[in-house]
Amino acid sequence: MKNVTTPLDDPVDAPGEPYEEPAQAGIVRGILRRKSTIVAGGFLALLVLGAVLAPLIAPYDPNVQNVLQRLRPPSADHLLGTDDYGRDVLSRLIYSARVSLQASAQAVAVALVIGLPPGVAAGYRGGWLDTVLTRIMDTLMSAPSLVLAITIVAVLGPGITNAMLAIGVIMAPRFFRVARATTMDVRHETYIEASIALGCGNLRTAVRHILPNVMPPIVLVISVSLGAAVAAEASLSFLGLGVRAPASSWGSMLSTASSNMGLAPYLVWPPGVMIFLTVLAFTYLGDGVRKGMTRSRSARGKGE
Amino acid sequence: MTERQQETEAPPLLETRDLTVEFPNPAGGWTPVVQQVSFTVGQGESVALVGESGSGKTVTSLAVMGLTGVMGGRVAGGSVHFDGRELTALPEREWRGLRGPGMGMIFQQPIRSLNPAFTVGDQIAESVRRHLGFNRKAARARAIEMLDLVQIPRAAERVDDYPHAFSGGMCQRVMIAMVMACNPRLLIADEPTTALDVTVQERILQLLRELQEQTGVSLLFVSHDLAVVAELCQKVIVMYAGEVAEQGTAADIFLRPRHPYTSGLLAAIPKPGLRSDRRLESIPGSIPAPGSWPAGCRFHDRCPHREPGRCDSRHPDLTPAGPANEARCLRTSEIELQGVTVA
Amino acid sequence: MAGPTVQAEARAGPTPKPPEASPNPPGNPLRNSSKGHSMLRHAGKRLLAAIPLLLVVPLLVFLLIDLAPGDPAVVLAGEDPTPDRIAAIRGELGLSDPVVERYLRWVGAVLHGDLGQSLMSDQSVTDMIVRRMGTTMSLVLFAMVMAVVLGTLMAILASLRPGGVVDRLVNWLASVAIAIPAFWFGLVLASLFAVTFQVFPAFGFVPLSEGLWPWMSHLVLPGIALGLLPAAEVTLQLRSALGQELKSDYILNAQAKGLSRSAVLFKHALKNACVPVVTVLGFRVAEVLAGSVTIEIIYNMPGLGSLAVDSVLSRDIPVLLGFVLFSTSVVVVVNLLVDISYGYFNPKVRA
Ligand SMILES: Nc1ncnc2c1ncn2[C@@H]1O[C@H](COP(=O)(O)OP(=O)(O)O)[C@@H](O)[C@H]1O
Ligand code: SF4
Ligand SMILES: [Mg+2]
Repeated sequence: MKNVTTPLDDPVDAPGEPYEEPAQAGIVRGILRRKSTIVAGGFLALLVLGAVLAPLIAPYDPNVQNVLQRLRPPSADHLLGTDDYGRDVLSRLIYSARVSLQASAQAVAVALVIGLPPGVAAGYRGGWLDTVLTRIMDTLMSAPSLVLAITIVAVLGPGITNAMLAIGVIMAPRFFRVARATTMDVRHETYIEASIALGCGNLRTAVRHILPNVMPPIVLVISVSLGAAVAAEASLSFLGLGVRAPASSWGSMLSTASSNMGLAPYLVWPPGVMIFLTVLAFTYLGDGVRKGMTRSRSARGKGE
Repeated sequence: MTERQQETEAPPLLETRDLTVEFPNPAGGWTPVVQQVSFTVGQGESVALVGESGSGKTVTSLAVMGLTGVMGGRVAGGSVHFDGRELTALPEREWRGLRGPGMGMIFQQPIRSLNPAFTVGDQIAESVRRHLGFNRKAARARAIEMLDLVQIPRAAERVDDYPHAFSGGMCQRVMIAMVMACNPRLLIADEPTTALDVTVQERILQLLRELQEQTGVSLLFVSHDLAVVAELCQKVIVMYAGEVAEQGTAADIFLRPRHPYTSGLLAAIPKPGLRSDRRLESIPGSIPAPGSWPAGCRFHDRCPHREPGRCDSRHPDLTPAGPANEARCLRTSEIELQGVTVA
Repeated sequence: MAGPTVQAEARAGPTPKPPEASPNPPGNPLRNSSKGHSMLRHAGKRLLAAIPLLLVVPLLVFLLIDLAPGDPAVVLAGEDPTPDRIAAIRGELGLSDPVVERYLRWVGAVLHGDLGQSLMSDQSVTDMIVRRMGTTMSLVLFAMVMAVVLGTLMAILASLRPGGVVDRLVNWLASVAIAIPAFWFGLVLASLFAVTFQVFPAFGFVPLSEGLWPWMSHLVLPGIALGLLPAAEVTLQLRSALGQELKSDYILNAQAKGLSRSAVLFKHALKNACVPVVTVLGFRVAEVLAGSVTIEIIYNMPGLGSLAVDSVLSRDIPVLLGFVLFSTSVVVVVNLLVDISYGYFNPKVRA
């Protein structure tokens, strides 16, 4: 019963295309096939655009206080209302997108730097180096991550940069794992062994031949981690361990909402919805990337 | 038990008539997988259902058990008569009461068919408790008794073992114990030895034979291997591409097959001293998948006796051939087919 | 807080797999002795393996303090420190000694149950943690129980009709719920049900000793907020595991035995499907513990979370170390329980 041979559901990607197109192109095509991925990607693109163009599109200066306009509910003047200092919530929301996106990019960059090179090195060299690095990363992974982040912030002092450093550190093991596993997979491919035999240095081999193989799965981890970092930044900033006044992020806006919950319940929604949508969009994007990748891999008949 | 066997005039225990089973296809419709299958199994009789892998044997067996729905398929037509009752329209509740005490089934993959999370004793006892109303203690005793019956050494200890502590052959014995624990009238064995070693295979067949003698249970024995069938069954049903190609008494079918497919299957039986995996080398090509059955005779593109213009245009009916057989071949009376002599 | 961090992992990496048991040794009849013993041995081994984690995480804190730029005593004293305060901190933390010596001294004291004194209040850290532990553990427990109950219910509902409306709805809801930050959900719940409609008490915590309902009623909103993410994860994991199990041969066999629908689903499929679920729960406990920090702050609950945040803002290192040790221990213990539960759900592991 289990040996049912159902015909492949997708005749479009049948193997045996006349020539091998570059891996990346296949992946991109696979990714773009899904509507949800396109919507998610479109949303994120708009978000980045809005963040970049914040000074042009924000109706008010996000930091101008107006005591007479404190905690006003949404109106024609202030589409999303005003906060406890009379600042325009919509403008702050737009500027916060800058902080939130930039911060999550920083965190992911940190994770990439801490995780990727050791991962490639461990997978490439194996032996004691691999053992030691894997041990360290495993410990990092099984430690309660927020506790680690809080500790790092405690020692380095609150602030968005330190917070993102902390989040980057706790996300690094994922990059390490993926990089290590992929490197181990390709290390024994003939062209890589040939490159070593030809006397190319280790570094050169790693950069020229291994990195291109490691990147596609890493891109997946990046897109998923970006969403995670947005959420993590929000909670650290909410606790007052992240962004510092007068700058704001969605998380710190929620902190304001929290302390004015009785008088201005409407403050809870805009930043929360933005965090939620952004995280969701990154999740869907990651999903799309993964499915696109599996698809293009199986289309080439390389899938295990 | 013996009295069951004696009643030669009694109606058959199981009778399927024009049984058709369909599964959903990717296009959103239903594809017939088994079509218009009719056969009977008498009281205490052993009947073999043979055919290449993919010919629809398992689906037919599951239809008899009322389990096609579980697999996502449906019985689209025909009837299943069991012990004087029509089953195809039976409500699910009554079906469940029938599976176990009425009919039981053992499967091709004994290890995977046992739940890894419960002891074998528990899995035997649960049927007995459900169907025969035994209490916990009596059910356990019954489990031990059954394990002993299927010749598992130290049954009283092994009853508390989990399936992973048993080998494939032992798992199949446990499966047999489980099914026989409720005293079924019909035992369906779906390729019970295919996944096992040759030596183990022989012992399981021996066990089935003994059990049948002791209990008089009727047996529907599914196999793709005619050699195995020869020792066990009185009647043979050959299936090809979802339909019955030929059926009749074992002796007759082996000696004088009436369908070229049967003849091909017989020719593929490994000869002693020539043991090999060159199964079906005498039939070129492979069995067509449901939904892509050719027009005319479904076997025509593989048949050495086909007559172009005739075999590929008219779908043959199952017609009487020889003393007690039926064959689905247009040319059955025109051709001389090779059989084998059974030792 | 890093709630969603985790979810990403679940989707990015392969689902954490429970230890695979050794393949079936064909019919070895001599292996069913001392089942209980091997369980204990297994648990003991896992506990031993966990000890390094308990040692390493605090060590990291010590190293971080040491490596941070500037004189740690000055840095830790915060803004505008008085010389007295700097001296006090240096003395309290023994900062003139090498870091390894400080660390070992701390470990030695911990082994005697002494976590040191708070830099801010001169209270013993052990006391502070013990006093606040009940709140946090109640909250975490409530959230986890809710996650398991709700998640199991939803998953079973969904798998009754694979591909049906309910299945797709549940699946969709769960994947959306995973993107909702716990602390925002907590805020929304508080603003709706505690402030606007006042169904539940908004804030604070009442210990169980003062009655079941007062305790519960203070836990409902924060518990739901905190439990949403793990509930969604349990739903997705269990649904997919049940889907796998329901396709397996032993389920067909269970049906062929004429078992009732509920016996097939609840006895046969569920027990096997639990393995990946407990694995995920084990992984998520750390995250729920983390999420409790923000939730405690929102609901003004006197738990360890607010203690941790205060200790960070005031750089109260001994308290922070205590919190680190406590959280790590909880994670270790939960993972140990998860390990032991494998033996129940998957007897192969025991062998
Ligand atoms: N669950 C199912 N879904 C769709 N098609 C099925 C299913 N089970 C069996 N089939 C189809 O029915 C045909 C016959 O299968 P089966 O009865 O298992 O053959 P046999 O047991 O003779 O090897 C197969 O070719 C397969 O395509
Ligand atoms: S009908 Fe024709 S093709 Fe079919 S089995 Fe008979 S001879 Fe062969
Ligand atoms: Mg079969």
